[in-house]
Amino acid sequence: MIKTAEEVLNVAGAKLAIVKGGSGKPLLIFHDELGYPGWMTWNETIAHERTLYIPLQPGFGKTPRLEWVRTFRDLAGFYSQVVRELKLDPVDVIGYSAGGFIAAEMVAADPKIFSKMILVAPMGLKPSEGEIMDIFPITMRTHLRATVADPAGTPEFLKLYGGEMTPEQFEAFEEARAESARIGWEPYMHNPALPYLLHGTKTPTLLVWGTRDRVVPRGCIEEYTKAIPAARVATIENAGHRPEIENSTEFVKIVSRFLSE
Amino acid sequence: MKVGYFTERPVRWIAEEVILRNGGHFAVSNKYFDRERASEDYNYFIDENLYAEELGFDIVALNEHHGNPFCMGSVMNVEAAILARLTKKARILLIGNPLPVIKHPLRMAEELAEIDLISRGRLITGWVRGAGSEQFFNNANPTYNRELFEEAHDFIVQAWTRPGPWRYEGKHFHYRHVNPWALPYQQPHPPMWIPGTLSPETVRWCAEKGYPYFGLGTSLGPTCDLWDYYADEAAKHGYEAGSENFGYVLPTFVAETEDKAQELGANFLFGGGQNSFARVEHTLPPGYNSKEAIRKLAKQPQGSWLGISGDKMRGQSEEVEIDPEAVRQKLLPGFQKAQKAMQLVIGTPKSVLPKLKSILTVLRPGSLVIFSVQGPVPNADRQTSMRLIAQEIIPALKEHAKSIDLVDAFERKPGSIKLTSGTSRRPVSDRGPLKELGLA
Repeated sequence: MIKTAEEVLNVAGAKLAIVKGGSGKPLLIFHDELGYPGWMTWNETIAHERTLYIPLQPGFGKTPRLEWVRTFRDLAGFYSQVVRELKLDPVDVIGYSAGGFIAAEMVAADPKIFSKMILVAPMGLKPSEGEIMDIFPITMRTHLRATVADPAGTPEFLKLYGGEMTPEQFEAFEEARAESARIGWEPYMHNPALPYLLHGTKTPTLLVWGTRDRVVPRGCIEEYTKAIPAARVATIENAGHRPEIENSTEFVKIVSRFLSE
Repeated sequence: MKVGYFTERPVRWIAEEVILRNGGHFAVSNKYFDRERASEDYNYFIDENLYAEELGFDIVALNEHHGNPFCMGSVMNVEAAILARLTKKARILLIGNPLPVIKHPLRMAEELAEIDLISRGRLITGWVRGAGSEQFFNNANPTYNRELFEEAHDFIVQAWTRPGPWRYEGKHFHYRHVNPWALPYQQPHPPMWIPGTLSPETVRWCAEKGYPYFGLGTSLGPTCDLWDYYADEAAKHGYEAGSENFGYVLPTFVAETEDKAQELGANFLFGGGQNSFARVEHTLPPGYNSKEAIRKLAKQPQGSWLGISGDKMRGQSEEVEIDPEAVRQKLLPGFQKAQKAMQLVIGTPKSVLPKLKSILTVLRPGSLVIFSVQGPVPNADRQTSMRLIAQEIIPALKEHAKSIDLVDAFERKPGSIKLTSGTSRRPVSDRGPLKELGLA
């Protein structure tokens, strides 16, 4: 098991908590709208080749909320400062769901910030068909279960959520949901200007999407491919919104191949 | 003491089963809306409030909810404006306008000023944060709920008191030309009474401002605790809180016989009653509650209120079919329990009067608002209840209030009794009777 460490960096005017682990070239990871769930199989596998930098989003419990951040674009601006201050740029990035939205906002504002960009079931664009699932007026149970295609048949899902929830987990979830609502309430988890701002993005981009995703519809992927025509799409059959835990073997294969090209 | 009349103006034509199957009132489809019945009842409820005035109630109170057959009032200022014109002396109490979900404080200031002008100064304007479900209905960001509430309130007070035109660049609201040409009749502005269900943050805010706080049918013991909290906070601001700082809204139904009162009064639990106002996922939007409140919820066993337990997460199915009859059976014990706890008061004038007296003794509110029955109760029975309360209960109740020195916010201005440092405040409630009522 690779050793990971959580540190607090004084960076970009904030005290940013960040989880680091692995060896090799840095790989920046933006977790999703529910926060960093912990070190899973996909982290462990990729961390043999790369050093994972996983910042814990401000307002999600570990890093204090930044009141001035009121939109995903603000948050992207903050993270861009972080990347520059840490002299990571250009860096490879994986963004999950709302984390994909963050990465897309970053590359739209600073086309040279990423060397390669992997967006996994990214939010951020209004889908051409369907809607991004509204995660706020549903219970956590409904939400979490909707994130994977087959809750009972997904061991890592059960490992994360199949036990009784501790008060600490509960609070962390509520904080994550609240902060996601604060900056993503309206327009809901997308930025109408983003397709235009992404125009001309040259960063090699991979879009990963599970064919049974109930949170982010295929229409979001369509919009990303329209905004970034050079982007490639990798679909994972029968996975839902979290292919990295639902089919980590296939997920890691796709991601590693793209990163090593 | 002032006694008010209040009804949620319930939708009376919907089948209870529809609400029970929905798991709550909020989000019941408006495909069940009946234009004819609605038109009839909007008019009826205006008339009912006029009848309350005729019977001698000092106050008629209105509220509003959104997307919810629990309450027909969706824009209470419309009804308030009509009552402002048609009533003669009753004060019009709004409990209250949900500032964060309306999101337009300048418009609110204008509407209320017009109501106050038409009524020639009889408006009492209350503010609320809006129920959780209303944040969804109105797309109001729940994480800014309290900020929106406070900023809107502060803005309205300014809009009413500071000569314009002036410019406003706030955090959530922005106006380049504030200069309303409708200002309140009352100076400097209408009184503000704040209803709530015991959120300490709101109580603290009221105490700081010296605004009377109204418990919305809250249980007696915890209400006493919150009154104490209010009074302690008031003391920090240099004044002594008294009955003028408190009000209480109490679900009450009276009939000529005990049996009839129980039969019709059971409609307080129509569709599950207050507790099924909205399903849990609509009740607590993310960020709507303070961190402290979330911490308390998190410590409840298994956090099961949000449906999180290992078993449920592992299970196969998502949807649970609701059996309306089973829900009804579960409601019955709750109905008796609520009466025992005096959160519902139902009976004949003879059995109800001593209960109301006890509540006044314990909570010492300067104003009491009678909350009329929910559900499909016919007009005649609603009016009988109003008449019996007005004629056979209120006179004796007011005598009792006088004997225990309950003064309202018009008889004594809240905050007017200064408290010099070093002196201790007087009690604001009397827990004594709770023991003999079996509620200690």
